Amino acid sequence: MQPSRSQFQYSNYKVPLFQQWLQQLHMDFPLLIGIFVLALTGLFVLYSATGQDIGAVQKQAIRLGFGFITMIMLAQLRPQTLQRWAPRLYLVGIILLALVLLVGIEVKGAQRWLDLYFLRFQPSELMKLVAPMALAWFLADVGLPPRPWRLIASLALLALPVALVAVEPDLGTSLLIASAGFFVLFMAGLRWRLIGGASLLLVALAWPIWQYMLRDYQRSRVITFLNPENDPLGAGYHIIQSKIAIGSGGLFGKGWLNGTQSQLDFLPERHTDFIFAVFSEEFGMMGAVMLLILYLFLISRGLYIAAQAQDTFSRLLGGSISLTFLVYVFVNIGMVSGLLPVVGVPLPLISYGGTSIVTLMAGFGILMSIHTHRKMLAP
Amino acid sequence: MRREQLKDHFSETRLFTNRAIISLLGVLVLVALLVTRLVYLQIIDHSHYTTLSDDNRVKLAPVGPTRGLIYDRNGIVLADNLPAYRLELTPEKVEDMESLLTQLGDLIKIQEHDIKQFKKQLKHRHKSDNIPLRFHLNDVEVAKIASIHHRLPGVEIVASLNRHYPFKDIFAHVLGYIGRKDIKDLERVDAANYRATSHIGKTGIEKQYEWELHGEIGSRQIEINAQGRVIRVLQQTVPRTGSDIHLTIDAQLQAIAHNALGLHNGSIVALDPRDGQILTMVSKPGFNPNQFVNGIAYKDYDALRNNDSQPLYNRAMLGRYPPGSTIKPFMGLAGLKYGITNEHYEIFCPGYYIIPFGEKRKFRDWKKTGHGSVDLDSSITQSCDVYFYDLALNLSIDRISPFLKSFGFGQKTGVDMPIENAGLLPSRAWKKKNRKQPWFPGETLNTGIGQGFLLTTPLQLATATAKLANKGKAVQPHLVRGAISVQTKPKIDPLLRKIQPNHWQYIIKSMSHVVHNHRGTARRIANKKFKVAGKTGTAQVFGIKQEEEYDVEKVAIKLRDHALFIAFAPVKNPRIAVAVIVENGGSGGSVAAPMASKIINHYMASNPK
Repeated sequence: MQPSRSQFQYSNYKVPLFQQWLQQLHMDFPLLIGIFVLALTGLFVLYSATGQDIGAVQKQAIRLGFGFITMIMLAQLRPQTLQRWAPRLYLVGIILLALVLLVGIEVKGAQRWLDLYFLRFQPSELMKLVAPMALAWFLADVGLPPRPWRLIASLALLALPVALVAVEPDLGTSLLIASAGFFVLFMAGLRWRLIGGASLLLVALAWPIWQYMLRDYQRSRVITFLNPENDPLGAGYHIIQSKIAIGSGGLFGKGWLNGTQSQLDFLPERHTDFIFAVFSEEFGMMGAVMLLILYLFLISRGLYIAAQAQDTFSRLLGGSISLTFLVYVFVNIGMVSGLLPVVGVPLPLISYGGTSIVTLMAGFGILMSIHTHRKMLAP
Repeated sequence: MRREQLKDHFSETRLFTNRAIISLLGVLVLVALLVTRLVYLQIIDHSHYTTLSDDNRVKLAPVGPTRGLIYDRNGIVLADNLPAYRLELTPEKVEDMESLLTQLGDLIKIQEHDIKQFKKQLKHRHKSDNIPLRFHLNDVEVAKIASIHHRLPGVEIVASLNRHYPFKDIFAHVLGYIGRKDIKDLERVDAANYRATSHIGKTGIEKQYEWELHGEIGSRQIEINAQGRVIRVLQQTVPRTGSDIHLTIDAQLQAIAHNALGLHNGSIVALDPRDGQILTMVSKPGFNPNQFVNGIAYKDYDALRNNDSQPLYNRAMLGRYPPGSTIKPFMGLAGLKYGITNEHYEIFCPGYYIIPFGEKRKFRDWKKTGHGSVDLDSSITQSCDVYFYDLALNLSIDRISPFLKSFGFGQKTGVDMPIENAGLLPSRAWKKKNRKQPWFPGETLNTGIGQGFLLTTPLQLATATAKLANKGKAVQPHLVRGAISVQTKPKIDPLLRKIQPNHWQYIIKSMSHVVHNHRGTARRIANKKFKVAGKTGTAQVFGIKQEEEYDVEKVAIKLRDHALFIAFAPVKNPRIAVAVIVENGGSGGSVAAPMASKIINHYMASNPK
């Protein structure tokens, strides 16, 4: 008898079942693992950042669960279905954004929320996914790179939601929508000289935008970013305290629950937008680099999924979702570490807060859907 | 290339793969940028940010030391620290000081001088320092404030130790008192050492030994949060408690002396001639030093200052009195030393003295009828003035002045107290300088009986008496045990060194006759257990005109004679020397001597060796 062989067969038998099970659920294993580790890390950091408030951690876990369900649901939909729905979703999104401006609830000087009586809802979050979806739909059936008039039309398609969100005002989200749209165009083969020209134009437009379009608080954020010591107790306080938190963390950090900047209340907004400062203070550069590697892994996997996709819509949407994820990470960490001005962008899957988690998980759901609904040419 | 609707799947896939790879490179570049930023913040500038982080959370709070206690020679506490609650405000945490003060004033009793004191300190202290507003909160007041404490940021009830002087006025002048420190006080100490100290010695021993009693400031490294609340103590340097001080004074003896003076104003000083330890130092009237500890009310202070009896004035060291006849033993000793007189020299006392070949002014003896034939011994025993007029005239001021100086007259004793008066020892040079007048022989006569310009403090007189008891051996009076460790001064003043032992003996014997002879002026205090040597004195407060009578009944109390008595005991190997001055007390023999006797008797009984 060969008992060792039967054992080998037994374990060999298990793996395909698990993969089969994942395939049936339309889940991507690497993405799932990455998300799981990230979410778990996030809960631990949140526990520390909220001053060991287990209630807040439970709330966040429930949100993550809700996001997880959204992800599974979206993964079941075929990309073609999304492509078909894209124009209608876009229209609904634009109408909702318009409604926000008309009847939305004002919170902290910005009108971002729709009160649906049973829940409060941010249509701009929906637009983060719907805008690139609509652009990908618009460019899917034509030869790439897009011709100039189609490009102009796509830009118009993008400019509408970006502008609507910007006047709420919600600079962070409008920036994320704009970049999501831009990534669709980029993936569609937008010519380099056009990218270069647009960049120059943007610089040229910067002055009038600064002068006439930005609100006072937005302007002060930029000024503060350029020189935080200018106003150490006012607007600059956030950045100064956050840099102190990160810098004092050093290579190995002060240890979980031991960050003095975070635990002693010196760090403002530490469980939402500035949670990376808490993380870096307590886990040091080693922890922060590990976190970046984790994000890098998720983005690379997303780009790989996009590259493996079999139709243009999936490729453009998948690429855009992956790169938008990078924008989250880069803008958040960039602002917390003083590289970028303070704009309200959360650290994906770690910052405390509902809507962004659901949107992000929905994005991962779409990526999984793209990957698991491929037609296998060979067995 | 221009066909839009046609799709070239191969080139599209290539384009897309191309863009995906470029994207991935872009992602890597941006992540690398973030890592670079982290390296910059967490590695390169790490120590800078660690410092900033620590600056954020760590504050250094000064901790005041506990003040040393003061004991008497037998270990009885004279200055104690009692626990008490006080109300303190931290200015930087208070938004509207005026309204807070009104609010607190409605709640508990805050007097105007409390607020005045508080505002004075408010100007000069750190905004982060706690400044006391009220001391000695009672339980009800503590409870009232505690109940709304959480609504009043910057208000704190601090349990602290309060200086307490259990003997009140009995030791007021010796101990002095501590009071809230002010800017002037900080000039004489290391201000950094007093950051957490609210009180400082203002007078007396409390001031003199401030350095020993205060101790050294400690500190506490505390961790605070963004709201400034203390989270925990990281490190602390325990303050060094001030040293305890043991006085040479015997509290019981002090109380006896205090009571002996009764309602009289005056002073009693007693010291041990062997080592200069001051056993008793009373100045009457006294005051209650406890009133001063936390700021005396202006009304009370004015009352003390405007009191005719000057209770704040330490008579023992600052009071200047004519020694009167108590100077006679010293004069007699000078006469013997310079051969002006001897054991057998007698003169006739008719009750007055006229300077030979001088003006016809009569210098009176206190005894109108005169003492008849007297020698030096009977002149001391009966206190004959005429004998000493003659003696002084023959000695001349040029010999009297240096001789009295060698006994410490006209000089500070160097006692360990912040202020002391030197008294006044007149001389020809002194008069020329201060009065722009030559010395007149009549002034020598007055000096001879301890009147005229000659002024002495009770401490000086007691020290001179001790020196006499020691037969010239120097005495350094002091109040704190161990204050004088090594006797560096010459043991015997050169002027006194050549005095023959039988001359010392003669004077001391005469002084014992004052008490033990049936004609002695202090004979009423004689006892059989031990021998006392003394000398009475009755000093005129104002001059009596030639033909006038001194009538006790007619003269206002303020102008009555001072009663004096100096004494030491036992005659052989003296252990105590006393000087008593009773202001406007009348006769030294009947008023001052019994007081001294009480002290000596108690001391001899309780210190048999």
